Amino acid sequence: MSGKDKMTTEDENEGRGAGGDAMAATPPRTPSSVLDGDIQAKIGQHLRAMYDDVVRQGVPNRFLDLLSQLDQPAGAGGKKPGGGAGT
Amino acid sequence: MSTLDPGLRDEIIGAIPNLRAFAISLSGSVDKADDLVQETLLRAFANISSFNPGTNLSAWLFTILRNLFRSEYRKRRREVPDPDGAFAATLTTSPDQNSHLDFEDFRAALERLPPDQREALVLVGASGFSYEEAAEICKCAVGTIKSRVNRARNRLGELLALDASEDLAPEKPVGAPLSAHERF
Repeated sequence: MSGKDKMTTEDENEGRGAGGDAMAATPPRTPSSVLDGDIQAKIGQHLRAMYDDVVRQGVPNRFLDLLSQLDQPAGAGGKKPGGGAGT
Repeated sequence: MSTLDPGLRDEIIGAIPNLRAFAISLSGSVDKADDLVQETLLRAFANISSFNPGTNLSAWLFTILRNLFRSEYRKRRREVPDPDGAFAATLTTSPDQNSHLDFEDFRAALERLPPDQREALVLVGASGFSYEEAAEICKCAVGTIKSRVNRARNRLGELLALDASEDLAPEKPVGAPLSAHERF
């Protein structure tokens, strides 16, 4: 384990963007690096396309309902929380 | 259960689409993913007092979701995803025929990565977390995340290069079964 990877704690979120770190992550070049470059670009595209396709579906109603149930003040009557709350 | 600060509530809602996408990549199933997200929200509300305002809410929620998945994963192995992969079921836009084939290859390859590598790749390459944030979510060193992402990319590169060279090979009979052995 290299010494420069200090342990990150919950409080250290702000300390990001150290440019040097990204350089260290560059994979070693192989003779087929042209093909590699194409494929790596494609991997990035596909990964994001796949992910973003789910993201674009937004928030299913089931979760909006759940949140409004969870968010009711304890004694406010009306709907009961749909499970999960320790009653 | 107390009422939530409206700003925080909106932030949680805003994180849900990303949580779902991450959960699908972990669990390999849309239904399982939505159950995971639901459990994550319940957990988050129950423990909202332990969230430190001003820190990264999204990373906090991702951490809860990942821990839930991990603790379940230890009990029973990852459920075998449907053969066409979970993301197929979520496809709302249909790419044209050729790129759809690429897409299938990619999805199959992603499914074959070890879970540690897949989650690191998704967190950094799709969710948009920094290496540092991903390391925090996965409770490991930054260097570990970097090497997992690199290994994931290299492995995917190998799998897809294989597919590409198979596609290009002229001597293959046209009707040959298309890399069925690559599926599992």
